[in-house]
Amino acid sequence: MSALRIQQGSTSHSAYDLRDYHAEVIEKHTLAVLVDNEAGVLARVIGLFSGRGYNIESLTVAEVNHDTHLSRITVVTTGTRDVIEQIKAQVGRIVPVHEVHDLTVEGPSIERELALFKVEGTGNNRIEALRLAEIFRANVVDSTLESFVFEMTGTSEKIDAFADLMRPLGLVETARTGVAALARGSHA
Amino acid sequence: MTRQMTGAKMVVQALKDQGVDTVFGYPGGAVLPVYDEIFQQNDIKHVLVRHEQAAIHAAEGYARSTGKPGVALVTSGPGATNAVTGLTDALLDSIPLVVFSGQVPTFMIGTDGFQEADTIGITRPCTKHNWLVQDTDKLSETIHQAFHVATTGRPGPVLIDLPKDVQFADGEYTPPAKAKVSHYKPRVKASIEEINNLVSLIEKAERPVFYTGGGVINSGPGASQLLRELVDATGFPITSTLMGLGAYPASGKAWLGMLGMHGLYEANMAMHGCDLMINIGARFDDRITGRIQDFSPNSTKVHVDIDPSSINKIIRVDLPVIGDVGHVLEDVLKVWKSRGRKTADTSAWWKQIEEWREVRCLTYKPSETVIKPQYALERLEALTKGMDRYVTTEVGQHQMWAAQFLNFEDPNRWMTSGGLGTMGYGFPASIGVQLAHPDSLVINVAGEASWLMNMQEMGTAMQYRTPVKQFILNNERLGMVRQWQQLLHGERYSSSWSESLPDFVKLAEAFGAKGIQVSDPKDLDDAIMEMINYDGPVIFDCLVEKHENCFPMIPSGKAHNEMLLGDASTEGAIKSDGAVLV
Ligand SMILES: Cc1ncc(C[n+]2csc(CCOP(=O)(O)OP(=O)(O)O)c2C)c(N)n1
Ligand SMILES: [Mg+2]
Repeated sequence: MSALRIQQGSTSHSAYDLRDYHAEVIEKHTLAVLVDNEAGVLARVIGLFSGRGYNIESLTVAEVNHDTHLSRITVVTTGTRDVIEQIKAQVGRIVPVHEVHDLTVEGPSIERELALFKVEGTGNNRIEALRLAEIFRANVVDSTLESFVFEMTGTSEKIDAFADLMRPLGLVETARTGVAALARGSHA
Repeated sequence: MTRQMTGAKMVVQALKDQGVDTVFGYPGGAVLPVYDEIFQQNDIKHVLVRHEQAAIHAAEGYARSTGKPGVALVTSGPGATNAVTGLTDALLDSIPLVVFSGQVPTFMIGTDGFQEADTIGITRPCTKHNWLVQDTDKLSETIHQAFHVATTGRPGPVLIDLPKDVQFADGEYTPPAKAKVSHYKPRVKASIEEINNLVSLIEKAERPVFYTGGGVINSGPGASQLLRELVDATGFPITSTLMGLGAYPASGKAWLGMLGMHGLYEANMAMHGCDLMINIGARFDDRITGRIQDFSPNSTKVHVDIDPSSINKIIRVDLPVIGDVGHVLEDVLKVWKSRGRKTADTSAWWKQIEEWREVRCLTYKPSETVIKPQYALERLEALTKGMDRYVTTEVGQHQMWAAQFLNFEDPNRWMTSGGLGTMGYGFPASIGVQLAHPDSLVINVAGEASWLMNMQEMGTAMQYRTPVKQFILNNERLGMVRQWQQLLHGERYSSSWSESLPDFVKLAEAFGAKGIQVSDPKDLDDAIMEMINYDGPVIFDCLVEKHENCFPMIPSGKAHNEMLLGDASTEGAIKSDGAVLV
């Protein structure tokens, strides 16, 4: 759960959920939304978030079942408990939405994000960047005499941490995919 | 069996198969193929409005008064953008509509073609769902799906955007029975635990109140019947939102009148003081709740709604019951009866309510020289009581007075723009109602300013011989705005008067209709009777007191028990923190 940076006292996985419903604690939740892969469906979801003033921390979408034309949208959002409940209910009533899952409360889940980092530098900085990349299990996917492109998969926190380390070493450009997430276990 | 036909023909065929008899619309280049098909048949009547906004409002009036979806047809670009206000209105009031818009041919989309607008993009936030049809083979299924979505669950407007080449092309027609069923099937039955819990609360409550809304009406006449049965059997008091008037009869013993910003004292006080609030098909709108923190502080709150997103959106409730009002009421009655029809003693509560009633909050200062707007509505009520009557309204003070002073005995008899508050709604809506109920008396209670917003519909009213009565309470003011300026903005009446008004009698005559003007209270009854008895559209120009304020009033940002009852109570009553609210 630490990966979700949920504030103290806000975990719902404890046997004793002592959270005050009205508390204005901001939580971060990862929602998985299964939608018909039809034109404009992403605009509907995004329009709902912007129209009602909800936050989007990250959003990914791709078709996941070619036979049924279902796409999976993974949204990481923040808000109070009440707001998160509203978001789920509002997303749930969009007509092409089939299912809304709150991975943060429905049980253990795994989250991964892919990032590409371009780090420019020579000499010691270059050596240090490569050394740290190894520790973080980032791959070198492109290199010139004065730059690397690292590819890294992990939780958003791990990617943040790596980016922080690369910044003084010559990080010039970053691309991130946003979070993809699945519940653990055998069930869909 | 499927059949080959053009897209345009499919539209008409699908409408027939969906049981549509009336379409409100306005033609243009991008919908000409559909208009050509409409021309060549007689099953569906097309009503030519004078502005697309009016087509949507007329379809809303038709839908609200029949319980069937309303259908409208507009052209691309300006036709579609003119429809936006109506669509938003229908979305906020949960009115089922199926609207067709023309679009430039698929191969021109995105080129800024003549009369191209991104109709799907523009209407996405103001429809329940919308579709751009790019393939004629998919058109008929999309139309059937559109009717399903508009009328299922919480109803609402949907739009189908029809590129012109799709209308011309041939494709296979799929009849409704063969059409693919959508996954869209909102839950209509509540769980048995929810029902049992609600019944337990009913059995124990000492100060209960039913707070009902438009959801009861949307659930159909059966739901209103069940509501009456439950209210009468439990003897619990009942109030309703603006949208729900008529679900429970105004003559019913348990009726407290409308609640909310301009609701009745007894209704709002009962909401504030109750120990059990049973919200059935209403949505805790800000016109109802007043200051949220002080809303009904000591009650257990139940919310029956078909839309899960309405639950805990504004007011946190103790017992959500998700389902269709009719189904829920049926189950509640069944369980409550089977458990022995128990209720606690509510006589002390009723005694308290009777005391509140004694306040007679609708009292106004009568006049022998000028017509008070309240008096005009009292007389209209008295003279049309018992008639087969439908009422629409515009938006403003007259709308609130109409809600306060007219009595509704049945659902689907009262059509008003609640959520969006759209001036210009009432007149076209009255035409839509009249077309659905040709032999009934249809009255639009209007303010002069609102009425002017869609006055071009006089042409439609005349052309289709709809004898709609435009009952204009003419205060020569944007009355509701003036009232707020008086109470909130230091009596600085910025642009809130109606100058250069037309001569409404001459205006009526210019269209070939009848105009009546009345200014003396003594002439009012005869004038109203003349209006009712005239066989055709009437503009009734009722010159009323210009500075009357609408009371009771819960100012924005105040609680239910802080109602203003009359002019004397208004001095400094509205604090500046309330002034930022609308
Ligand atoms: C389309 C639209 N524009 C503006 C408003 C704001 N507004 C609410 S009531 C009102 C005045 C209405 O005047 P009138 O129709 O004469 O009714 P009255 O209040 O005088 O009875 C206005 C301008 C609105 N509700 N709708
Ligand atoms: Mg006026």
